[in-house]
Order: sequence, then C-alpha cells, then structure tokens
Amino acid sequence: MALDTEQAAQTAARRVVLLVATRKGAWLYHGDPARSAWRTDGPHFLGHIISHLRLDPRDGRTLLAAAKTGHLGPTIFRSTDLGRHWQEAERPPAFAAVGAGAEGRAVDHTFWLTPGHPDEADVWYAGTSPQGLFRSDDGGINWAPFSCLNDDMLYRKWMGTVQDGTPDGPKLHSIIVDPRDAAHLYMAMSSGGVHESTDGGKSFHPLIDGLEVVEGFDRGDATFHDPHCVRLAPNRPDRLYQQNHCGIYRLDRPATTWQRIGRSMPAEVGDIGFPLVVHPRDADTAWVFPMDGSTVWPRTSPGGKPAVYATHDAGESWQRLDTGLPAGDAWWTVKRQAMTADARDPVGLYFGTTSGELWASRDEGRTWDCIARHLPEIYAVEAAELAV
Amino acid sequence: MKVLIPSALRSYTESGWAEANGATLAAVLADLDRRYPGIRFRMIDEQNRIRAHIRFFVGGVQARDLAQTLDANAELIIVQALSGG
Repeated sequence: MALDTEQAAQTAARRVVLLVATRKGAWLYHGDPARSAWRTDGPHFLGHIISHLRLDPRDGRTLLAAAKTGHLGPTIFRSTDLGRHWQEAERPPAFAAVGAGAEGRAVDHTFWLTPGHPDEADVWYAGTSPQGLFRSDDGGINWAPFSCLNDDMLYRKWMGTVQDGTPDGPKLHSIIVDPRDAAHLYMAMSSGGVHESTDGGKSFHPLIDGLEVVEGFDRGDATFHDPHCVRLAPNRPDRLYQQNHCGIYRLDRPATTWQRIGRSMPAEVGDIGFPLVVHPRDADTAWVFPMDGSTVWPRTSPGGKPAVYATHDAGESWQRLDTGLPAGDAWWTVKRQAMTADARDPVGLYFGTTSGELWASRDEGRTWDCIARHLPEIYAVEAAELAV
Repeated sequence: MKVLIPSALRSYTESGWAEANGATLAAVLADLDRRYPGIRFRMIDEQNRIRAHIRFFVGGVQARDLAQTLDANAELIIVQALSGG
C-alpha cells in the first residue's frame, strides 16, 4: 500500500510534454497533471524544417532538434534547458568526403533521432536522407558516420539512388536500441529493408523474411523493401511490430520471419499506413493509423474518415477507435514519426496530422480531443515526461 | 573583404555585413567559418559542393567555383535563391 501511494505520488509529480516537429518549426505542449490542458511553447526555429525533436530520457532535459531550411544545409540544434536556449552542433551528421572526381553523397536532412542505451550516457543515433547512420558520443554536439553502412557497397546497392526513394527523399529511420543490450540494434531504410546488428554496429544483416513487396519485384532483394515504421515492444523486447508499405507485421525473436497481422484489418480500410505505436506495458496492444494506399496512393484517411485501429491480441484482431475524430470529409493522414504514446496509466496517445492538427487521447484511444489546430504540416510527435 | 550575409544566415553573424579574408572563395568561406562556426556547412556540403539554393556574387558576377580567386577590395554577396513555399 505504501508503495502504491509512493508510486501514485511520483506519477502525479510528473507531467507530459509533447514535442511537435513541423515543416515550419517546432512546438512544445506542456500538459497539466490530468493531461486535459496544454500550454503552448513555440514556435521554436520558425521557418525551419524540423524533422524530429527528441528529449533525452536519461537526463530529462537535453533536447535535440533535426533541422534544415529551404535554403540552408542540415544541422542539429541542442538545448539543455528544455528549449529556452539552443546551440548548434559543432559537427552535424555528414558523409565522409570523397576525392575529386568521385560522386560523394551529402546529407540532405537528418530525419530520425534515437537516444542511446541507458548505460551509454550521451550516445545518440541519427538516420538521414539519403540513407545514412550516424552516432554522437557527446550528447549530440559532434556526429560521425557510424558502422560500415554508409559506404558498404551492398548496402549502397540496397539504398538505391535518391530517385528511388520516397517523395521527399529516401530515409534511414526506426533506429532501435535493445533495452537489454546496447550492442543489439535495429534500423530500417525506405527503401532498403529492415536490418539488425548484434555487434554494436560493426556489421548489419537484413531481416526481411516474410515481408511482401510491390507486385512483380523480388522479395529476396532488400532494395525493394519499404518498411515505414518499426517499433519494439518496451516490456517484451523480443517482439517487433512493423507498419510496412505492404502491410502490418509482427516478429517475435529469435524467429526471423515476419508475420503479416494486417490481414485481419477491415478490407475497406486495408493495412497500409505509416505510424505504429506499441503499448508501454502490454506487448499485445498496438495502434496504427491506416491510410489510403490504393490506386495512386492518395495518402489520406480512407474515405476521408480518419481512425486509429488498435489490437489487443498482437494482431489477431483490430478495433476501430474514432470517437471525437471527424466523422467525414477529413482528408489528412499521419506521418511515420507523428504518432506516439506516453507511459501513463491509462496510456495517453497523441498524433499530429499533415494538416497541422494535434490530437490527444487520455484513455488509450477510446476518445480523442484536438488540442491544437492551424500548425504547419506535422512531421513528428514525441511524448516525454518531466518532473514538475 | 566585406561579405553581405543573407537573412537566413544572420543568426550566425548577427549583422548584415561581415568581414572575412582569403585569396579564393573557398578561403573566404573558411575564414568566415572560423569567425562564425557552423556557417560554412549551411552553404557548402561535405563534398565541397555549393548547396542547391545558395549563390555567391562578386562584383555582380556569379562565382560558381570555390577555387575562384577574389579581389580583396571586392564585396562578396551571398544570396539565398528561391526554394519553394
């Protein structure tokens, strides 16, 4: 009983902050303890393209922002006081320079940021467009190419060229650090497949068995794989979920063959989308946000009727969750980094839309409220918890 | 030489005009980066290519090559070219 009381007091003494990255800047939304009122802090970097904004869960105060503008090259901004002051990285992610006459790659933008393992303070990973993997050992101040990936000939073949990528550039994303083992990493490339390292990034190998590809292409070739979002179940790190260009999948390690769990979605909705979120304490529960992936790929909510879909049995079945969301005529969708969860009980779910709306649910998706409108196109939403 | 800084880069220099020295465009940009760390990478990528939406003008003429020699008495104008909405 005393423990319960203490735990409740600790929970009450923390509040959720939403980190919202958009095409035109970044915003922080500070929630009250009930998560019912939100204080706006922003814009930060107005006019900058912010692909990702993350708080370091190890110190609870260091923020990193992946930024560029329409004119200027990419960089990383860093704050150690929750955004009151920002300093630019001394050495942002950049590929190795090649000699004269060779065609070297240049980072267009840093797309993804992942804090390192809890035992590796100040380690961060970054994924870029075009596909590159970078690491910082000093809290995001200096970045260097990480692993052999960026210059490995086979991986370069799988990455393809910039012309082969998604509309705003091919990307390396979903960098995952196994909470039990800092040397066990996953990452995904759009396109280029899902890959695993068990030796701290010295080498990677593909993890694409069971995944489907667009009709007519060889599913044995990582080049043709387009994982949109890969997530690890926090309380069961051997379980991975994936929202792919070709469906929703689950993989329970040590198995290496993905199981398509999106077949049980309603046929009129399908199992195409970008984001996927896993419950922090229940590995059988996950949420997706389907979109229209038919014909020319409109990338809108199917039928203009947005909804979250939840599974509570690891993908055997799915339930539609749309209470509070527009009943129709809503032609937006949610990007791969723009849906997230907090760790409260019940879990808070949050997503940001391509039309600049920020939605929140305090009851695991059963009901939804719009907490901000008229923002620029939202690229990423992260939830962090702060001490009051 | 005097360097006119576009608005997108004045967060580094805090003023419209800056001073930087060097015999070539590359040397001037390197000196500018010593004075305002980080500014060069926003204009020049890691393969020493001028970024897509950055232009340099000296005496009203566009400088397209980082090896181009510059007259110390000239003014270097850095321009942010159109890049969409």
